[in-house]
Amino acid sequence: MMVSIVQLTYLIAAALFVFALHWMNDPKTARRGVFSGVAAMLLAVLATWIQPVVVHHGWIILAIIAGFAVGIPLSMVPLTAVPQRTALSHAFGGLAAGLVGTAKYYLWYGEGGGELSVFRMTAIMAEIILGYLTFTGSLMAAGKLQEVKWIPQRPVTYRGQNVMNIGLLVVAAAIGLWLIINPTDLLAPKLFPVVIGLALVFGVLLVIPIGGADMPTVISILNSYAGLSAVAMGFVLDNKLLITAGALDGSSGLILSIIMCRAMNRSFVNVLFGAFGQVQQAKQLEAGKVYKPETIEGAAQVLEQANLVVIVPGYGMAVAQAQHKVRELYDQLKKRGVTVKFAIHPVAGRMPGHMNVLLAEADIPYTDLVESSDINSDMPQCDVALVVGANDVVNPVARYDKTSPIYGMPIIDADKAKTVYAIKRSTRPGFAGIDNELYFSDRTWMLFGDAKKVIGDLVKQLSDTGGIH
Amino acid sequence: MMTLLAQVAEAAQAAHAEQPFDYWSMVFVFLLSTFIGIGVIRRVSRLLHTPLMSITNAISAIAVVGSIIVTGSDYPTEIRLMGAVALFASMTNIVSGFLITDRMLKMFKTSREGDQK
Repeated sequence: MMVSIVQLTYLIAAALFVFALHWMNDPKTARRGVFSGVAAMLLAVLATWIQPVVVHHGWIILAIIAGFAVGIPLSMVPLTAVPQRTALSHAFGGLAAGLVGTAKYYLWYGEGGGELSVFRMTAIMAEIILGYLTFTGSLMAAGKLQEVKWIPQRPVTYRGQNVMNIGLLVVAAAIGLWLIINPTDLLAPKLFPVVIGLALVFGVLLVIPIGGADMPTVISILNSYAGLSAVAMGFVLDNKLLITAGALDGSSGLILSIIMCRAMNRSFVNVLFGAFGQVQQAKQLEAGKVYKPETIEGAAQVLEQANLVVIVPGYGMAVAQAQHKVRELYDQLKKRGVTVKFAIHPVAGRMPGHMNVLLAEADIPYTDLVESSDINSDMPQCDVALVVGANDVVNPVARYDKTSPIYGMPIIDADKAKTVYAIKRSTRPGFAGIDNELYFSDRTWMLFGDAKKVIGDLVKQLSDTGGIH
Repeated sequence: MMTLLAQVAEAAQAAHAEQPFDYWSMVFVFLLSTFIGIGVIRRVSRLLHTPLMSITNAISAIAVVGSIIVTGSDYPTEIRLMGAVALFASMTNIVSGFLITDRMLKMFKTSREGDQK
């Protein structure tokens, strides 16, 4: 009877999870998805808690309270910090899976190993390897995104890196295989921590060679791993709700990774094992190319007389926290009857959809946020393209220069606009370390300075001239 | 007749003992859920990829179910302790995941209040 009640509740929870994701297909219904997800989670927790095997409640209550105490502040981070929060939560997910796998192995080992069938051991091995490598890998990613001092931001590469990484994984898998065959051997409980250690080290080494520009893909891949480790936990515990929910998370990570890779014209393998760093010194600034600076007054005048302005935001906008100033500029231009659209590249920022969230926070209607592939046909009619802290996603080199590391990447055709203004902090190249051809085009003028300040000045200029009219 | 029934029951019991859990059905559940996941998530608005990631984070923290069992059962202390840490980690993901998703989704609007259309 109890079993049926629990299973029925799990079944309802699984359905609610699917609905939660289904409602995310439109911003209008998306919030319903959150309620559905919360309801499912509540049902699943209660149904688990009331089971007769659960006899100690103190630690459960304590852990739940601690989870709230840490979770609530983590949900209130500024939206520019959302990528690192996401990476951190993948780390927590991986840790939970790893710990439950470890606990279950030692529990069953202590009971004589009768429960440790080949299938279960395989699932436990998958769970702990995926769980612990996601844990340290995501912590590294979060550290890089948060710009923690002792974690290098730039890709770290060295000779034989890939050989070493793959070698490490092969050793872990080999020990894992031995453990699957001999789970009750006297040596097994001593080798088990070795696998854990190797997975932890592998996670660190996997993320070390990855630079900021590849973060959206890496976060998506780690998302997928976190989901798969939950699936493996479901196999270990014979729990179909875990398998379902984990598979939903895993497939979400998979799809996002594919979208990110396509948006950069790179493969998974290339992102994980072919760090940007190896090719980035290839191209240096060619002699004779100079930036053409523009004044705030000049730019304001051109913007004011435009019909269509396309703003191309990038990670620089997030760093400078310029989204609210961008909104003011949007308002000023709208007031003058100028059509303003935002061209959003899938890999702009540090995680999928990063720019959309920042602009939505600044109260910009999402109907004006346009996917890059949809706006490119309008670019020749565009009077002004304003590039705010984006770099590689508007670099025309991607279209023709086969030696460039970003060759073949679909870009936003900012260079086809009649006038291009690019806001840039300094004359240094962007994250991928490549010069941007766009900045040296005949139609491009540079606005040097912090994005927030430059746009603030533009707004001020426009509102002053607006007063005269 | 009775002996036949008893035999059947005995055979069923033996089969059950040999196969404590039906792993093939779990593999089926995994396969089909992945297909459902891919089908549903492909249709998610590209605008919402960041909230999508945070809500799937919260959903995959369903690992909380396993953690509760490990923490609350009559197991040795060190095993329950691992469960409690896992429970804490999952609970953090559930709370922060759902809250931040809702916080972000609230910001997506078609037009601003006070806009003249």
